[in-house]
Amino acid sequence: MSSAVSMNAVAPSGKPIVRLEHVSKTFSNGTIALKDMSLTIGEGEFVSLLGPSGCGKSTALRIMAGLGDASTGRVEWPTMPHDASGKPEREIGFVFQEPTLMPWATVYKNVWLPLRLHGVSKAAARERVMSALEMVGLDKFADSYPRELSGGMKMRVSIARALVTRPRVLLMDEPFAALDEITRQKLNDDLLRLWEQFGWTVVFVTHSVFESVYLSSRIVVMAARPGRVIDEMEVDAPHPRGVAFRTSLEYGEFCRRASQSLLSAIGANDHL
Amino acid sequence: MSQLDQSGAVPAAAENAAPAVSLSGERVLRVIVPLVMLAALVGLWAWYVQAYNIPKYILPSPALVAQSLVNDWPILGAALLVTLKITFAALAIALVGGVVLAVLLVQSKWIELAISPYMVILQVTPIVAIAPLILIYAPSTQVALLVCAWIVAFFPVLSNTTQGLKSTDHNLLNLFELYGASPLQTLFLLKLPAALPYFLAGLRIAGGLALIAAVVAEFAAGSAGAGSGLAFRLLESQYRLNIPRLFAALLLLCATGVAIYGATSLISHLMLRRWHESAIRREN
Ligand SMILES: Nc1ncnc2c1ncn2[C@@H]1O[C@H](COP(=O)(O)OP(=O)(O)O)[C@@H](O)[C@H]1O
Ligand SMILES: [Mg+2]
Repeated sequence: MSSAVSMNAVAPSGKPIVRLEHVSKTFSNGTIALKDMSLTIGEGEFVSLLGPSGCGKSTALRIMAGLGDASTGRVEWPTMPHDASGKPEREIGFVFQEPTLMPWATVYKNVWLPLRLHGVSKAAARERVMSALEMVGLDKFADSYPRELSGGMKMRVSIARALVTRPRVLLMDEPFAALDEITRQKLNDDLLRLWEQFGWTVVFVTHSVFESVYLSSRIVVMAARPGRVIDEMEVDAPHPRGVAFRTSLEYGEFCRRASQSLLSAIGANDHL
Repeated sequence: MSQLDQSGAVPAAAENAAPAVSLSGERVLRVIVPLVMLAALVGLWAWYVQAYNIPKYILPSPALVAQSLVNDWPILGAALLVTLKITFAALAIALVGGVVLAVLLVQSKWIELAISPYMVILQVTPIVAIAPLILIYAPSTQVALLVCAWIVAFFPVLSNTTQGLKSTDHNLLNLFELYGASPLQTLFLLKLPAALPYFLAGLRIAGGLALIAAVVAEFAAGSAGAGSGLAFRLLESQYRLNIPRLFAALLLLCATGVAIYGATSLISHLMLRRWHESAIRREN
């Protein structure tokens, strides 16, 4: 079955902070991970990239972060200061799907890492590390080792590490996908609260319709083979959101629309 | 804010504490059982020698071996020292060389392609077969023994460390790249710590092998005189049918081997116990 997909581009709110222009990515083994993807994300937006697995969500996020270049097309960070070499000096925090902590280092040392790599000493970093840990509620665990923490707590450390440089943009690649439903909901709430408080721009990769609707101000739906954007929708429900929103008819309606969009994304690949 | 998560940590800590009682019981058993076994074996040995009147040049009694150990200590102790010196010098050079070469190998494909075949050749050729050649080329027997022991101890350190360096979590590598880490920062803060468990496994193997190679090479060298190690004393005792001394030398060798294994295992445990899976006691 193949259905015609209507493309509803939604204009970003706020000044553009990152722009993908006709980005394509072909891996050396011939996989076309992204084909002609264009996307503009505005300052202060919470944008979800929603799509089936293998549709190039991670690839798109990594290209935004500068981990691997686009085969063709451009990535622009118009408002970011440029460093000496002309590369935009990005104020980006990146959160991987796995906590990606150094198991031999304490929570403190893990969170300190981004600052340490820029030559900030352990003592000088103290205030920032502790305030990042406080944001995720783990300041009492600074001296613990990752293996002493639960999955949710490890993820919180990972988020604290992304926050320690005080980034303007947070790129998150299915950060909570491996967690149980309850922990995940808790982390979603905390993330949303921090976003409301600090006004970052968040690009959040997920394959969960419910998560994307609950969190985002805008959902970008992607389809696979080749990876591309097939739909966008605005979730113009007010913040702060909470249980009231999650149990509202409005939420259900957004989920229905996002699900339909995702279904047509999957339908675009007959074999699935 | 994360009440839910944090409360999850408490049972985990309690879980760790509970088995500690039964674990210490198990630890006592772990010491006592082998000791009882040892006593039984020595007893059996003593009884057998006495009951069947075995001559001491065939199988000396445990008491005679102990006596020889004490009486011949000036000779055996000196020999042990020589063997230990060679073993540890070889091990030290193997550790430093193995790690440095492993770092070079993973930095450059060219170096890896050029060197690794020869590393394998060195490894698969029996050390007794190369020893005569090394004895000819080396300036002194001591140096030859050192080289032999080094060749054998070097490989496990190199191959383990190389593998450890190569299996660094690629997400962590991405993270370092993202934050603009220099190659040296990536090496010292990420790759080397990640390779530590592998390196320590290599160390445990290399420690035992260094001793074995030091002895084997000395057998091949058959040197005599002041610089003689335990292997020479073993051979000498055999020629002279001084079997109690042979047993005493053997005992020293065994004890040294066990001590090296114990020490390397302890070092490994101490360095990994805070974070690595291998050092965590689990009930299941
Ligand atoms: N390093 C790589 N080399 C080759 N193919 C890759 C690589 N990374 C991803 N791919 C392929 O590109 C496509 C998109 O991958 P990815 O961006 O990880 O998808 P998603 O995150 O949406 O699941 C997949 O088909 C995947 O197999
Ligand atoms: Mg992915």
